[in-house]
Amino acid sequence: MTVTQDPLAITPVAPPRDEARVARREQIRLVLRSKTFIAGAIIVGFWVFCAAFGRAVAPYSPFETDILAKLEPPSAEHWFGTDRTGRDVFSRVLAGARDIMVVSLGATVLGTVLGTAIGLATGYLRGLVDDIVSRVVDAFLAVPVVVLGLLVLVAVTPSKLTVILVIGVVFTPIIARTVRAAVLAERELEYVEAARLRNERAPYIMFGEILPNVLAPVLVEFTVRLGYAIFAIATLSFLGVGIQPPAPDWGVQVFDHYQFLNGGDWWPTVFPAAAIATLVIGVNLVADGLTHALER
Amino acid sequence: MARRILGNTADQRAVDALNEELGTNRNAFVQYADWISGVVTGDLGESYRTRRPVSEMLAGGLENSAKLAGLAFLLVVPLGILGGVAAALKEGRLRDRVLSTGGLSATAIPEFVWAVLVILVFALWLDVLPVTAQAPRGSGLLTQVEYLLLPALCLVFVLFGYISRMARAGTIEALDADYTRTAVLKGLPQRTVIRRHVLRNALLPTIAVVATQTGYLIGGLVAIELIFNYQGVGLLMIRGVQSKDLPLLESAVLVVGVIYVVATLLADVLYSLLNPRIRLGAAQ
Repeated sequence: MTVTQDPLAITPVAPPRDEARVARREQIRLVLRSKTFIAGAIIVGFWVFCAAFGRAVAPYSPFETDILAKLEPPSAEHWFGTDRTGRDVFSRVLAGARDIMVVSLGATVLGTVLGTAIGLATGYLRGLVDDIVSRVVDAFLAVPVVVLGLLVLVAVTPSKLTVILVIGVVFTPIIARTVRAAVLAERELEYVEAARLRNERAPYIMFGEILPNVLAPVLVEFTVRLGYAIFAIATLSFLGVGIQPPAPDWGVQVFDHYQFLNGGDWWPTVFPAAAIATLVIGVNLVADGLTHALER
Repeated sequence: MARRILGNTADQRAVDALNEELGTNRNAFVQYADWISGVVTGDLGESYRTRRPVSEMLAGGLENSAKLAGLAFLLVVPLGILGGVAAALKEGRLRDRVLSTGGLSATAIPEFVWAVLVILVFALWLDVLPVTAQAPRGSGLLTQVEYLLLPALCLVFVLFGYISRMARAGTIEALDADYTRTAVLKGLPQRTVIRRHVLRNALLPTIAVVATQTGYLIGGLVAIELIFNYQGVGLLMIRGVQSKDLPLLESAVLVVGVIYVVATLLADVLYSLLNPRIRLGAAQ
């Protein structure tokens, strides 16, 4: 004879803290099971390794010129050939990972921190602050990122720091808008109400209560923006207002050598271009994997 | 400014005289005020470097850029919609995954990187298309299209992902909708259901997205026009940056901003025209 068992009677109700930890572990498991995420992480991991140790493992110095050996096609000695001043393209591609990654990470972190703060404030406080800030956000969104960057970086001298500041500031309103949308849904929930009834101060509710609960969308937005940052910074460097020569930056290398393409000397342009392509694809695969795993 | 134009070896008096003539010895704010007061009366000023009226230079550039952007849109809109709908009809299957991941990756790659890759493949390896975008003067429409195909292709790669993603999302939503189920249950053939019920509803958001992509398109044009040496607004902007030719640069950015705002507005209007549910003020 079977007895219908009440499932609640057997499973002890886990304390909330454990429940949160289990949920988090489940999310991490979902992320790690995503093939897209893993593929992207491997590519990004490779470039992170190059950014850290590229200069150490490169066969030549990325800056050493050799006029006698300029524009040599790929060979056993120079795997990716040499550029117009005889520098080893392979070494420059490996070393080039550092600048673009440091600058794009810096810009994205800056944009995410500012954008999250603004998004929390406008989404939670609403009212006049929200109205004013949202209009400013709209104005920012009205100009294409590359054009805006071009304009500002002409006025100030382009350097790694100014590129970080410009891209970071341009991204701030875009990130703020996403965070604000997440906060709007969150502020109606009971735990926020409870905190308000406990007479907690607004900054604590925003950063102590709501922020931990919107971290997933913030993380997704961060990775998506990182992809756009690499896109924008590579383009700005290519246009001559981003990372400056003689840094072995990929965009700069493409700009320096694209005229040689017509003559058939493709290697100093194609290898750095391929490096940019793989890095942005890697970051986007990671972002896509995270989106699917965290936003369900 | 005059120092840049005349070079390092020029006589200081000549430099001073040219600075005086161009007005570039004044404070930056005064120069800007001078330019902007011209703009409101319809005068964009004169380029420091070429001494030609900026409006004349921009008109030629705009025409060229419009040709390139027009060709790119002409190619990418049908392709993107087709790709999105094809992916949505096989949601979650291999075709969907290939199209979605491929589109996403294509979108993520900057235009100038695409330019390098398509030049390598089509102009150097296959040798089927010209490397420069500027067709010889006075050539026919087909030749012009042939010359513009490679640069337009780069823009197509970058825009395809956005448009196909929107078309895919719209189609999936429409496939799930009640009216589609009703249409299937009343025995309409699948082809008719898709054409009459699914596509009509799915394409609305896509059209709005197409217009908002103008901003990205213009950003991309700058890099593309530089690498293909094509005389459009983007190249003028870059030349303005390189020679600090402020009237040219300011006017180019102003024009681009206006085009962007108008395009976004048009998208909103078009959207409300096509979708009776949000027709503004129609309730009265």
